[in-house]
Amino acid sequence: MPELKYTQDHEWVRADGDAATIGITDHAQNALGDVVFVDLPEVGREVAAGEAIAVVESVKAASDVYAPIAGRIVEVNAALTDDPGLINREPTGEGWFFKIEPADAGAVAALMDESAYAAFVDSQA
Amino acid sequence: MAETESLLETPLAGLHRALGGRMVAFAGYAMPVQYPAGIMAEHLHVRSHAGLFDVSHMGQAELVGEGAAAALEQVTPADIQALKPGRQRYGLLMTPEGGIFDDFMVANRGDRLLLVVNASRKHDDFALIESVLPTGVTLRRLPDRALLALQGPGAAAAIGPLAPALTALSFMGVAEAEIEGIPVIASRSGYTGEDGWEISAPAGEAERLAKVLLALPGVQPAGLGARDSLRLEAGLCLYGTDIDEATSPVEAALTWSIGKRRRMAWDFPGAERVRGELANGTARVRVGLRPEGRQPARGETMIHAPGGETIGSITSGGFGPSLSGPMAMAYVARSHATDGTAIELIVRGKPLAARIAPMPFVPHRYAR
Repeated sequence: MPELKYTQDHEWVRADGDAATIGITDHAQNALGDVVFVDLPEVGREVAAGEAIAVVESVKAASDVYAPIAGRIVEVNAALTDDPGLINREPTGEGWFFKIEPADAGAVAALMDESAYAAFVDSQA
Repeated sequence: MAETESLLETPLAGLHRALGGRMVAFAGYAMPVQYPAGIMAEHLHVRSHAGLFDVSHMGQAELVGEGAAAALEQVTPADIQALKPGRQRYGLLMTPEGGIFDDFMVANRGDRLLLVVNASRKHDDFALIESVLPTGVTLRRLPDRALLALQGPGAAAAIGPLAPALTALSFMGVAEAEIEGIPVIASRSGYTGEDGWEISAPAGEAERLAKVLLALPGVQPAGLGARDSLRLEAGLCLYGTDIDEATSPVEAALTWSIGKRRRMAWDFPGAERVRGELANGTARVRVGLRPEGRQPARGETMIHAPGGETIGSITSGGFGPSLSGPMAMAYVARSHATDGTAIELIVRGKPLAARIAPMPFVPHRYAR
């Protein structure tokens, strides 16, 4: 399985063939707390890098989820609607949010790797 | 964390950190918003067993001297003079214009009144009260006392063996007791809608008391996050959010806290506004509402009539773990305030269907 890449918005991205799967990091789900609702983008929507395209609501607050790369939404994780707790339990697995077909095939590779993200998180503490 | 550096701490700050509490700023204090279990688990544990909250940031004081009750009535419409020894009551402090200066608890300890006020307002509240005191009545601030809230259906079974005097109380009763040698003053009350006690103890004994209580069967620590979702499910107001100086007791649906005698005499600050609003109604009123589906609507969300004009806004909103759905408290036009009325919430630019709903969202379970 390809390695995860990361953004400063605490999202992870995994390039799988034609599409990149995107979710929020374990650090992000821990900071949010218990997730009770997600608002996912429409399949087919063209999104720009950095655009707020989903919302995750915890007991405490609502947070935006951004498109880490430009492209087209090709799939969303329907399982989150019935069981948003997946995001807390398996943030980098079954708790994924959406898949984007990248506009630029090199965009994912340009994101942070795991050690760079870990350093970024430490710098924010 | 940098943001918590200049904050005050309660006597339990060390214990919160040792328990893994996530500290946040609240009313100038570093307080645990949650422990490692998380808000959802802490909330549900309070409803099923019992939770221990640190509410030492709240303001405690005692009012002593001949005529203390009458003196306090100069700033509140609650009937303090009729409050019997050993009993506690909820009241409002009022502005001269009829707004709510704060809400508070007052207990009659026979020789004195005990006050508990909101942390964010305590300095202003105590100054207001002192400003009306006659010679011979004194307000004594009690900054050297901690306040712990033990809340939940398991609280009585947990604390009974240690302090039978406390389980003998009914809801809003107050008594002194000793818990493992620690002298406390406790009221059978709280802000979760559950049975339980708020326990005042010397600051120096607070950590030992908290550890004793946390060691009781079924008792887990709970933070401010759970306290907020519990009080909202219980339909209880948060000062500064759901009520403030612009809100009247009539708009806030808190007229039950105004004594009958006071409503005959109209001898409290803001009585003119309250009297007029009781006679003529108010344009807006505090209500509960429930959004359809699972999406929460937060404070400041605008409320529209379906497809129509703005009729109000949400003051507190979130997800109720015991309700298993979203809920909110709001002010809406009286024309749309009836339970069951269909309304629309504008959440991130999109209408979300909701209905006016009765509060509490989760039934109270006080020991009446």
